[in-house]
Formats: sequence, C-alpha cells, structure tokens
Amino acid sequence: MTTLRDLSIGEVCKIQRVIGDGEIKRRIVAMGLTRGTTVRVTNVAPLGDPLELQVRGYQLSVRKDDAARIEVTL
Amino acid sequence: MTRTIALAGNPNSGKSTLFNRLTGSKQSVGNWPGVTLERKVGRLRQHPDVEIVDLPGVYSLSAYTLEERVARDYLLDAKPDCIINIVDGTNLERNLFLTTQLLELGIPVVIAINMMDLVRHQGLTIDTNLLSRNLGVPVVEISASHGTGIDQLTSAVLAEHFVPALLPYTPEQETVLAEIMEVVGTSNRWIATQLFERDQFVNPRLPQLVHVQDQLETIITTHENALDDDAISIMAAERYLQVTNALPGQVKPAAARSLTLSDRIDQIVTNRWLALPIFAAVMFVVYYISVTTVGTFVTDYTNDVIFGDFVPNHVAVWLSDIGTAEWLSRLIVDGIIGGVGAVLGFVPQLMLLFVFLAILEDSGYMARVAFIMDRAFRHFGLSGKSFIPMLIGTGCSVPGIMASRTIENERDHKLTAMTTSFIPCGAKLAVIALISGAIFQGAWWVAPSAYFVGMAAVVLSGIILKKSVLFSGDPAPFVMELPPYHAPRPSVVLRSMWDRSWAFIRRAGTIILLATMTIWFLANAGWQHGPRFVDDLDNSFLAAVSGSIAWIFAPLGWGTWQSTAATLSGLVAKESVVGTFGVLYGVAEVSEDGAEVWGRLAASFTVLAAYSFLLFNLLCAPCFAAIGAIRREMGNGRWTAFAVAYQTVFAWTIAFIFYQLGIAIRDRAVDGWTTLAVVALAGIVWLLVKKPARPRRATIVASVGSEVAA
Repeated sequence: MTTLRDLSIGEVCKIQRVIGDGEIKRRIVAMGLTRGTTVRVTNVAPLGDPLELQVRGYQLSVRKDDAARIEVTL
Repeated sequence: MTRTIALAGNPNSGKSTLFNRLTGSKQSVGNWPGVTLERKVGRLRQHPDVEIVDLPGVYSLSAYTLEERVARDYLLDAKPDCIINIVDGTNLERNLFLTTQLLELGIPVVIAINMMDLVRHQGLTIDTNLLSRNLGVPVVEISASHGTGIDQLTSAVLAEHFVPALLPYTPEQETVLAEIMEVVGTSNRWIATQLFERDQFVNPRLPQLVHVQDQLETIITTHENALDDDAISIMAAERYLQVTNALPGQVKPAAARSLTLSDRIDQIVTNRWLALPIFAAVMFVVYYISVTTVGTFVTDYTNDVIFGDFVPNHVAVWLSDIGTAEWLSRLIVDGIIGGVGAVLGFVPQLMLLFVFLAILEDSGYMARVAFIMDRAFRHFGLSGKSFIPMLIGTGCSVPGIMASRTIENERDHKLTAMTTSFIPCGAKLAVIALISGAIFQGAWWVAPSAYFVGMAAVVLSGIILKKSVLFSGDPAPFVMELPPYHAPRPSVVLRSMWDRSWAFIRRAGTIILLATMTIWFLANAGWQHGPRFVDDLDNSFLAAVSGSIAWIFAPLGWGTWQSTAATLSGLVAKESVVGTFGVLYGVAEVSEDGAEVWGRLAASFTVLAAYSFLLFNLLCAPCFAAIGAIRREMGNGRWTAFAVAYQTVFAWTIAFIFYQLGIAIRDRAVDGWTTLAVVALAGIVWLLVKKPARPRRATIVASVGSEVAA
C-alpha cells in the first residue's frame, strides 16, 4: 500500500485511510486528512523531514513517521 | 446579571487580537485550574455586565491535547451563555470543522469570520447570508486586526440567542447516532458522536455507560465494518461533509488553486537549499540587534547609567539631605534600588527581543522555524522552535527563557524553559574568563568547552526529562499548520511586545526583587556584638551561611566558604561571582575577567577543582532574574522549584562525577568517592537509556462533572 511518505514533491494523491489511534491520529483527521481528500506534497524540510502538504486549501506540515500511517491512492 | 461569552477558535485565527478588540485593556490573566495554560478573562467594552473568556486555540474538541481538554471542559461545565466562534475566512473549510462540534453543544453560537480584508484581497467573497442560513447561526464579517465589524459582532452577541439547529449527517450516520442515544439514554447529540469515537473522556459523565458498553461497542463495530474504516476517521469525514455542504459556492475548494504570493514566498523560504541560509541570516539579524548591539547597549545603559549611577546618586544625595540614617540609606540605595535595577535593567532589551519575536510570529515565519528545525530538535524532546530560546540564551538567559513562550506545546515549552539557562550566557562568560585566566593561563579550549558542556546539558536533560513521569505521554503531534505569510501588523506586534514585557515586570519582578534584596542583606549585614551592617564580607551573614553549607561542595573539590559565597552571590547575577572573589581577596576593583585575583585563586584551587567549580556554576540555578523568567513561563511555583532543583542537582552531579573521576585518574587510586561517582555516572546513563515512563492522564478526568450527561 502506498503511504503519503512515499510521495515526492509535487505529487498529488487521495487519502485512503489513516492507520493508528490516539492523539496523533485524531489530530491528523481533524486537520482534514479524511478519506477521499485530495492532498499535494508541496515541500520537504531542508533536513529531509517533515513534509509540507497542501490540503483543503491550506498548508500543513506532517512528520514522515506520521505520513507513513496515511495510506493513499495516486 | 452577568453574562458569560466564550471565545473559541483555531490557533492562528486571530483570536487574541479579537479578544483585545472586544475587551480593550480590561483583562485579567490567570491560569486554568490545575494546568499552566494561560486563561484570559475580560469585560466587553461598554458592557461591563458581559464577561468574555478566551479559550485556548484548538482545532477540535476531541480532548486529546491539554488545550482541547481545557476548552471542552469549560464549555461543558461552565455552560457559557454564548460562544463566539472566530473562523479564519482564508481557511474556512478547516476552521468550520471545529464549528460543527460547537454547534452540537446546545449553546448559542455567533460566528465571526475573521481576516475579511485578506479574503477580499485574494479577490474572494463569502456569502455570509447563505452561510448563516446553512449553519443556522448569525455570521458576522470582521477584521480583528483592522477593527472592522466589531460593532456588528457586539450587537449580534448582545441580541437574543437561540440554540442552533443540528446539521444533518449522512442517513447511515444519523441512524447510528440515534441508536447510540437510545442505548445510552442521552439526548445530547455531541455526546453521542464522542461515544461513537470511543472517546473515554466522556465516560465519567455517563455512569450508566458500564451497563451498555458491549451494546455500544457492537453498534460502533458494525458501522465500522460496513464502511471499512474506523470510527474516528468516519466521524471526521462526516463533519467535513457537513462543512462542504454548508460552504457557499464561491469558496468551495478549488481543485487547482493558483499560486498566491504567500505560496511563492514559501517556495523560496523553505526551499531545500535556500531554507538554512535564509534561516541563518534571519537568526543573525535577530541576534545581532537584540543581543550583540542595540540590546547590549540599552541593557548596559539602564544598568550602568540609569540604575548604576543616575538614580542611586540622586536618591543618595536626597536621602542624606533629609538626614536619613546611613544604614537606611544603604538599604534603600544599594539594596532596593539595586534590586529594582536588576529587574528593570533587562526590560528594554526584552522589549526589543519581543518585537522581533512578534514580527516572526505574525509574519508566519515562526511556524517555518519549527518546520525547518524540527528534525534537529525532536530527538531530545524539544521543539524546532527551541532553537530561538537557546540562541538568544547565549546572550542572556532571561530573554532566552521568555522566548520559549512562542512554543505552543506545553511539554516542549516547559522543557525549553528549564534547559535554556544551561547555555552559557554573557554574564557566565565572566566566570569562564576568570577560571580560564587564573587556572588555565587563558587556554583557548576553556570557553568552547563551556559551550559544549551547556549544549550537552540541554541534550542530556531533554532526553532524561522527556522520559520522566512529568513529561511522559504520547509525543506531541507535530501536525502543524503553516499559516500564510503576511506583513506583520504594527498593532499586533506592539500589543504582543507589551503584554510579554509587562508579564515579566509584574510577576518576575516580585521574586527577583525579594531574592536580590535578601542576598544583598546577607552580604552587608552581620553579627558583631549584635546584628549590624558590616563592611567586611568575612563578618557578614553571607560568610556564616556559606561556611555552614560549604560541606555540600567538598566532594566537588571546592568546599571553602569563599567559593560557596561566590557561588551564592552568582544568584544575583553570574558576573557577581567574579566581583565576590575580588572582595574576598581584598581587591577593591576587579576588571571583568578578574585578572587581579588570578594569583590568589590559583593558589586556592587545584586544576580539577577549578574546572569543577566552573561546571557547577555554568549549570546550576541561574540568576534570580532568569529564575523569575522561568517562574513566568512555568506558571506556578512548584514547577519553578522543580526546574531550579533539577538544574542544581544536575550541576552538582556532573561536577561531582567530573571531579572524582578526575582525581582517580590523576592519582591512579580509587576510593569510596570514586565508587559513588561511578554509580552516579551509571545512574545518568540509565536515565538516558531507560524506557519512558508511562503517561499519567487520568488526573483531569477526575475533575469533570457528570451533569452534562442527560
């Protein structure tokens, strides 16, 4: 399964599901990363982590470890 | 009758600015019960019978972060008469997610769409009438920073309120929620959604839940299986569907949005290759102006000229003119004015730094600092934003510690406030120069080694504390919004600068003043046929106190009352360590590096003891001004005491291990102390590698009432 972590800058995908539980999971979905949402990877921080995403018209920053819990379809 | 209005909204939605607009200067700042989050309450302008409570900025009411828990408990337990929900008009979709939760609480809601100036600037319009009809609550357009729409908002808040109608979910979800409400016996739809999400924080409100837990679980699991998704995701998707259905057509999310100016700025500022050079340049400018040049100048001017010369001289002349007794004159001039000066001397520099911080925050760059530095700092439990406090801390710990205020996450904030003073500040340079010159013939490596020790102490403490019970729990979610850039607004910057400066003066001022005066008194009074002021430090109370506790430092190699007295006087200001040695060794005036006392000092310290003395003084409790700043950031005395105790114990342990192992290696001999030092070293290693403590989370739940259940 492709996760958000595997995408490179500029790629666009649709959220399939968010794995896991707890605080981070709740925050991820509250920020709008729900099934079917279109997400674009716009940037990677200079030290290689975290990622910058465009979702629902705003910019969101997510660590790669958390991005690995987000399954997507291209 | 007093009415209470709660102000709720996302972080970065302009909530504080709106709060200031609505209340003017009539605010009181305290803490939320049991936690160190700031709680602001004010009275509505021209309507003193209306109280406004500023809730912490949250993205959701799911109660998994401290901010969310505080906001949610307040809304459920205090039941305000109305909620003003401020939403960022440039980011409607995400902001309205919280709105869907607020609308279900059974409390009247008024929506204030903020940043309408930016919305129009982007060439967009928002059909507020349609949005108001779709959501079933009044919607007002405002710009908190320009102060437009505030009157309309005030009249909407003062008008007759009605509880908003419920927005529909998908038919399947409605069925599930109806089943849950029936099984649990509640009519509160919001509670039902939380139960569906298996939110344990509503459980204490519903004692009947234990009997129906299995039934409830079956309903939830059946629905999850039908949709092949989990409840948390299903509920969030349902809420976002409500939002997109309610959004007026013209702000429907555009599939291919064209690049705004902010996007283009961001492409440069966070560019893989340019980000670090730009970051370094920005930090250099902030440091150069607020620490190296203008900052030092204003601090030196206030300390040396205003509080070191002008004020004390005039007051002294005036006091002797009116015939004040000499001891009282000394107390007032040296003790009180000196103490006040020690507090106020920092204020101009702090104000300068706070202007920079506010500009970085308001422009949107501060969020990028966290983005750029996250990877470097997260491993030792700090935020990417901790970089700024540490950098500023190399100049002075006081503004450094205060700069930690920009870190939203409470754990990262506290950890940063606790560890910033490990970084050698400008005043500690004097101590470094003293030891380096007296013992090590000014060897080049002494000063760099001090910075290395400071940084190592930050890293070690970050790892150790992060694993302790106090800081345990899931790591803070770093799922962070990167707000659009905009030009910093002078009104916002000045307000933020003033609020932070005033907070330092008011709260930190009391503790610094008292502590400084105490040390001054101890050093200047003594027992000579009864209590009196003494000219000789040898006869002072400070000497007596130092003599009685000097044994504590004997295992570190310098258990003399003189070194103890010097260390104690370092609490007033670290450079006082040098001055105290000067007084003790009978030198009237010492230069900054204390060159006059080098000979005497070299005679009374071994090389190992001297470096151990340096280690302890670098890492132990900082000066009172910095402790005051820690007090300000920690929000309560217990945390402050813990921070200072931790620093001092840590300093003692490191100096102890260094000295005892150093002796053992030098003499090629092992004794009981060596064994203890090895044990202490093993203890530190164990703290570094042990498993993190399990989180304590239940404490908040206990305080939650159950009246909301029905």
